[in-house]
Amino acid sequence: MSGQPPSPTRRRLLMAAPLVVAGGVGVGFWRMLSGMTKGSFDPHDIHAPALNRPVPDFALPDQAPGSGFSAQDLRALKAPVLVNYFASWCIPCVAEMPVLNALKEKLPIWGIAYKDRPEHALGFVQRAGNPYARIAADRDGLAAIDWGVSGVPETFLIGPGGVIRWHTASPITETMITRTIMPLADSLKS
Amino acid sequence: MMKNPFPRRGGVLALLACLLFAPIMAMAVDDPSEMLPDPAQEQRAEAIGAQLRCLVCQNESIEDSSADLARDLRHVVREHVAKGESNQQIMAWMVSRYGNFIRLRPPLTIGTLLLWIMPLLALGIGIGVAWWTFRRPRAPTPAPLSDEERRRLSDLTETRRE
Repeated sequence: MSGQPPSPTRRRLLMAAPLVVAGGVGVGFWRMLSGMTKGSFDPHDIHAPALNRPVPDFALPDQAPGSGFSAQDLRALKAPVLVNYFASWCIPCVAEMPVLNALKEKLPIWGIAYKDRPEHALGFVQRAGNPYARIAADRDGLAAIDWGVSGVPETFLIGPGGVIRWHTASPITETMITRTIMPLADSLKS
Repeated sequence: MMKNPFPRRGGVLALLACLLFAPIMAMAVDDPSEMLPDPAQEQRAEAIGAQLRCLVCQNESIEDSSADLARDLRHVVREHVAKGESNQQIMAWMVSRYGNFIRLRPPLTIGTLLLWIMPLLALGIGIGVAWWTFRRPRAPTPAPLSDEERRRLSDLTETRRE
């Protein structure tokens, strides 16, 4: 530079730099926000490590009106199954029940009642119209920790051989089913 | 669990019962019975717990949080400590289930590189900017006046003085 004032192009570039940075940040935020509304980006979906690994070892007792199940039952599967952690005291769980009821014909759903009294879980399932093919009870919530569950509802798509193929920590929606769960489940069947 | 904004009615009843029978009942709220009998082990468990994020409150460690999940995680940590596992083993057990998110102190990976080197980077940028600013020469010293200019200047100043 040797004392010359910066050339006009250089000055213009320097002036534009903050605008470019702000623009880049803006586009980033816009993509995150639009992803959140579309469901492709979920900031609460914090634990992907469960994916593509076999289900943890567990054996849980029956929860009326269903029969309990264990890791062996899931590992013996030949077709995909949705495993849904729920509780009678959980409001979002109530909200997702109609969606699960609509799904149960296409994809079997196995429920696990999380930290719930047996009679409360039974009442909840009966009121909701029971979307579950089997229901187990995780009364102390310790099997849930092995699954990496941090709250209810949480849902896992289990592929043949008991491998976790998909997971969400938010209530199941119609969009999730049509866009993600069913395409994935169909691809796992073949 | 935090996802349920409404307290359980059972909880309210239990609280009332506790208050009612407080004189004859040992209260068990975030209780000492959680603690391991061996003080050294308990201290280790607390140190590990202080490094683990409560996934419900997200900015508290499981030792600080009174969420149900935090209590369960504290219990699990103590089980593992009692079994004689090392801190690294217990951390790895947690991370394999909840991901690196559960660690309050994120490990150095490609994804967290920017986070870790940011202090150095900021310092470097600051030094760079300062160096660049000070290195720039001030306005160049003007050429000495020519004879003509000197004469004119003295003329002007002379005129002023008169």
